[in-house]
Amino acid sequence: MNRLLEAHQLEFHRYGNPVFQPLDIALQAGRAIVLTGPNGVGKTTLLRLLAGILAPVNGTLHHHAPASFVGHLPAVKGDLTCRENLDYERRVGPPGLDLAEALAQVGLAGLGSRPSRALSAGQKRRLGLARLLVRKTPVWLLDEPYASLDDAGCAGVDALINQHLSDGGGVVLATHQRHPRVAPELLDNIVLEAGIVDGGVEETQ
Amino acid sequence: MIGTGSASALFRRDMKLAFRRLGESLLPLFFLFTVIVLIPLGVGPGPNLLARMAPGMVWVAALLASLLALEHLFRPDLEDGTLEQWFVGERSVYRRVLARLFSHWLITGLPVILFSPLAAEMLHLPRHALGTLIISLLIGTPALSLLGGLAASLTLSTRGASVLLSILIFPLIVPLVIFATGAVSMAADSLDPSAHLGLLAAFTILSLTLAPIGIAAALRMNLE
Repeated sequence: MNRLLEAHQLEFHRYGNPVFQPLDIALQAGRAIVLTGPNGVGKTTLLRLLAGILAPVNGTLHHHAPASFVGHLPAVKGDLTCRENLDYERRVGPPGLDLAEALAQVGLAGLGSRPSRALSAGQKRRLGLARLLVRKTPVWLLDEPYASLDDAGCAGVDALINQHLSDGGGVVLATHQRHPRVAPELLDNIVLEAGIVDGGVEETQ
Repeated sequence: MIGTGSASALFRRDMKLAFRRLGESLLPLFFLFTVIVLIPLGVGPGPNLLARMAPGMVWVAALLASLLALEHLFRPDLEDGTLEQWFVGERSVYRRVLARLFSHWLITGLPVILFSPLAAEMLHLPRHALGTLIISLLIGTPALSLLGGLAASLTLSTRGASVLLSILIFPLIVPLVIFATGAVSMAADSLDPSAHLGLLAAFTILSLTLAPIGIAAALRMNLE
């Protein structure tokens, strides 16, 4: 099957201690990987490694397709309007949906000309997710995509993920609140456990 | 291809943001103007004294104008999460760093250059030295942005960054100021300034080659 992202024996250290044991990950087209585990176990670190924001201490990482990352921070400029923010994202990546359509799909229709500093936390989150639509990137790396979203927003994220998977994309997402409503045969689970962390670094943070 | 597109998109967005915060963006220019106007009031309006001091004053003002904007060069992007997006996937961070530094130079360096003929006139710099002053600023101010960017990226997640930043940048810019003001002083004394300008250009080329690599590495370190 078509592989979008491959990692072999991926390792990352913080303050000299490994955050998790060496990991092998292969993301295939049309499938999703769900990372679960308690707070501080390294879910965000792993996603940031897969995105290329962090450099692994050991191991190899291969991107076979462009990736988008939605993290805890919305990566939105408050002085720009929603439309201007998305326009930037669209120019950066391989362009996907047009701006109005992407805004409508994340439930921000009609707010395109509003300065994004005037958005609520949940709306900012939705604007951050709209980045996934205006760019055509097969790999989505989502860190707690359900955070600060209402029920309709969460259902919307599930719909986006399902659509993306049926279009042949792949998703890696970290969550501890809610499991994505995706056909179980398309899901792979990776459970990160606190026990595998050496040195108790996570406890002290 | 994608790398070039993302750098020009970043540059366009930076310019849009700069215009949206026009007051903040014009601050370095106001600052420069204040320095050039106030110093003659402080030291007295004697043309000979001012003419001797002019190259140094314009250059120190350019330096301070550049420093003034360094604090905000990368910090807002670190705080709102746009900086980490620079590193997602296989895109060229080097080009984005250059695009960001170019917008910094447009806001802090270019206004100084445009304002320099007026400053030179106000400070009684001999007219035949004006060309050298402008050339020295054209060659040298990009290095201010490059070295300043290096210091800003290294101190990005440090507390009390502005103090450390000033200390870090100080030894880097000493040679720059020496060569640049040396060139203008020589031109004012009707001597050939090309040796000084050549060294200044070498200095700028060296920082253009090395600083963006260092900045990209330092930015990534700050994201850990």
